Amino acid sequence: MSAARDQETYYAGVRMVPYDLVKELALALLGTALLILVLATAFSSPDVPPVTIQSWAQADPVGFEGTAVQELQGQSTSAQYGPPYNHGTGSVQSFGFIQPQEWAGVHLPVDPARDFVLQPLQTASAGNPQLAAALARYRAASPSQRSRWLDAYAHALDKATVRAGQVVVAPGSYGPVAEMLSGLLTIARSGGLDGQLRSSTRFYQTDFTRPLLFLGDGDYFAGLAEKQHLLGSQWGMMNETGSYPGQTWLWLYTMWYQIPPYNSSSSADLLVVLTMGVLTVALALVPFIPGLRDIPRWIPVHRLIWRGPSR
Amino acid sequence: MSAAIDPEARGSWTLALRRYLLRRLPPEHLLPERQPAFVRSWTYVLGAITLASLVWVVISGAVCAFFGPQWWHVSPQGRFFNSLHFWGTQVFFVFMVLHLWAQFFGAGWRDGRALTWVTGVLLFVLSIGTAFTGYLSQENFDSQWIGVNAKDAMNGAGIGAFFNVLNFGQMYGLHVLLLPGGLLLFVAVHLLLVRMRGVVRPLSETPR
Repeated sequence: MSAARDQETYYAGVRMVPYDLVKELALALLGTALLILVLATAFSSPDVPPVTIQSWAQADPVGFEGTAVQELQGQSTSAQYGPPYNHGTGSVQSFGFIQPQEWAGVHLPVDPARDFVLQPLQTASAGNPQLAAALARYRAASPSQRSRWLDAYAHALDKATVRAGQVVVAPGSYGPVAEMLSGLLTIARSGGLDGQLRSSTRFYQTDFTRPLLFLGDGDYFAGLAEKQHLLGSQWGMMNETGSYPGQTWLWLYTMWYQIPPYNSSSSADLLVVLTMGVLTVALALVPFIPGLRDIPRWIPVHRLIWRGPSR
Repeated sequence: MSAAIDPEARGSWTLALRRYLLRRLPPEHLLPERQPAFVRSWTYVLGAITLASLVWVVISGAVCAFFGPQWWHVSPQGRFFNSLHFWGTQVFFVFMVLHLWAQFFGAGWRDGRALTWVTGVLLFVLSIGTAFTGYLSQENFDSQWIGVNAKDAMNGAGIGAFFNVLNFGQMYGLHVLLLPGGLLLFVAVHLLLVRMRGVVRPLSETPR
């Protein structure tokens, strides 16, 4: 049967009235243009500047060095993460036999100690014999010796002070670690570490994985996010900086993170993704699911839409 | 008029496609001048408003894309067009969600319209993906924070290496080309399905 005859049959007995679809769309275009213009003019748009490694090192030098120590110790979030960055297990999520993170494997290799600390220091040590010597001493030391130096320095940072932008710790057995971290802080404060973490073997690059992972390992970044009510526990996924509306359409996605068992699970992200996947498929297949497709008959909201009759 | 066909055109795929399209989507259904009386209900305007706001989102986004991703941070004009894009997206989502709920409570999938509903849900999901990559492409603090947190969900789901939310180039490309391209394609399919089948009759006037 042709579509024309289909519609004639379907609308048999229904009163047909003049209706100008093109005018409706034109008026909708005009109305939305005015609304969007007014909103844009009155409220502008959010644009809180991004955090840089430089601004972090300048604002929180002790926290910066503490994070760098954790990278060298292999104790940071990134160092222990797991796929796709490395073979750690700290952030690997699974649900029963469902382990997509493990299945996917390591495809974006990141070695935080080397990439965030040692390699930038190596680059900066050219023309800086003192730093080069400290780095050589560190590399020549045994893993257990390095660990003792790092543990001692991490402990000393608890009581560290800041003088002229540099971290000052009590004298101790830190080996070359204090020299190395002081050097790293100097590079970071000058903005050099931002460039080094962004750089790759190619001239052009648009991948910010390494600097963002390093920023994410520190507390400074999360502290700023908390002030902007962006933490997960603050329903941050659907918030925006300032008082602007964010991705409010993610409210359901965000809600799962606030309630058990999601909010206490180490695999919360995977559980939420699976839950939302099932719900999205269910929404798409509503027409075919008895019970779900009957909800509109049980809850007569449709009477607000059309009270009829149309004959 | 005679329906005679040039004998040389017999077996023509082009002719077969034209006939199929004319049969399935006659021009009077594509742009009808009369509609059932119930289409005058306010609820049927929601889809048109959603479509209209999408037009402004695409236009403002195209202007931002033309001048490049630094433009809206350094120029008042860029900031203004970014604001149009931002608020256009908000308006688009408000009316799309209202349209979705109106169609849900009107059981808009009835009488052979299930595919229209399915494409609508696909549009909703694609819109969320497009907006998400847009938020990641803002190049501000919010983008950084969203990326650092969203990576855990992507990695947990096993797609983090292939959909790297910390890779601005990848997210920006998806945001300005692939996702909106898919979105506009499905908008076209959705609209064609609506016009082909006509608007569903109100639930109150349909026998169970």
